[in-house]
Amino acid sequence: MSRLDAAALRSLQAGDELPPLLTEPITRLTLALYAGASGDHNPIHVDIDFARRAGAPDVFAHGMLGMAYAGRMLTSALPPSALRSFGVRFAAVTRVGDVLSCRAKVVERVAAASGPLLRLELSATDANGDLKLIGDALVAVG
Amino acid sequence: MTTMIDRNFIGHELPPHTALVEAGRLRLFAKAIGETDPVFSDEAAARAAGHPGLPAPPTMVFCLDMDVADPFGYLADMGVPLQNILHGEQRFDYHAPIHAGDRLSFRSRIADIYARKGGALEFIVKQTRVENQDAVLVAELRAVVVVRNPSGSAA
Repeated sequence: MSRLDAAALRSLQAGDELPPLLTEPITRLTLALYAGASGDHNPIHVDIDFARRAGAPDVFAHGMLGMAYAGRMLTSALPPSALRSFGVRFAAVTRVGDVLSCRAKVVERVAAASGPLLRLELSATDANGDLKLIGDALVAVG
Repeated sequence: MTTMIDRNFIGHELPPHTALVEAGRLRLFAKAIGETDPVFSDEAAARAAGHPGLPAPPTMVFCLDMDVADPFGYLADMGVPLQNILHGEQRFDYHAPIHAGDRLSFRSRIADIYARKGGALEFIVKQTRVENQDAVLVAELRAVVVVRNPSGSAA
């Protein structure tokens, strides 16, 4: 996937979508790698015995893994330095085997002293269309 | 037993800490999140794209804030069991880029604690300011941790 060029970025208008990102299926290896790389060693994400004692049927993904995927979608289209803000609300737990589809839609163009910005509406859903996270981002396109 | 969190923790400051942004850590993180763009793992590709070093993916700064002996210690201090928490919300405000080689300083405080559903759910808001080695503010983070109190009246 290549980044949008400057002209393509400048021409984005309300209602336009960034190229969506479809993740690989989330495996137990994904969760183990993410635990190690992120430093979030909460056992509920990697230790099924702990998860069951906590009343969960199985381990489940770190919420921040879903947000990292949404971030991947943003930096696939834009240089990382273009991000001004990025926020999400986690709506549901992501489980082993889930495939996430991350989307971003332009809500509005915002004029700022530093140059034009786009406000984006973000979402990640699983293969059934169930919402896993919803959020927003502000990105510079000047 | 209802475990309501002591509201005196509002305003509580966590011990500040620093973390070095290591290239190897960024490569492992890129692998973990399925990021295959060489800009995030190959120094030469990063420089060719105009970065002074490997750039940190957008959520990486959250992870570096966990580089302390016990990243959940502040929850334990508040009497919150780890198995009862969920990450409810996360926000980043970015002020300057973060690259491999940077040394980041983190200062966090508990900005708010509030209850919903008759105390069945409590929310802890943690805000963090991150500066780099040049004392430049690079990011501000806002995390909302949801605590499920099994014995809350609406549980």
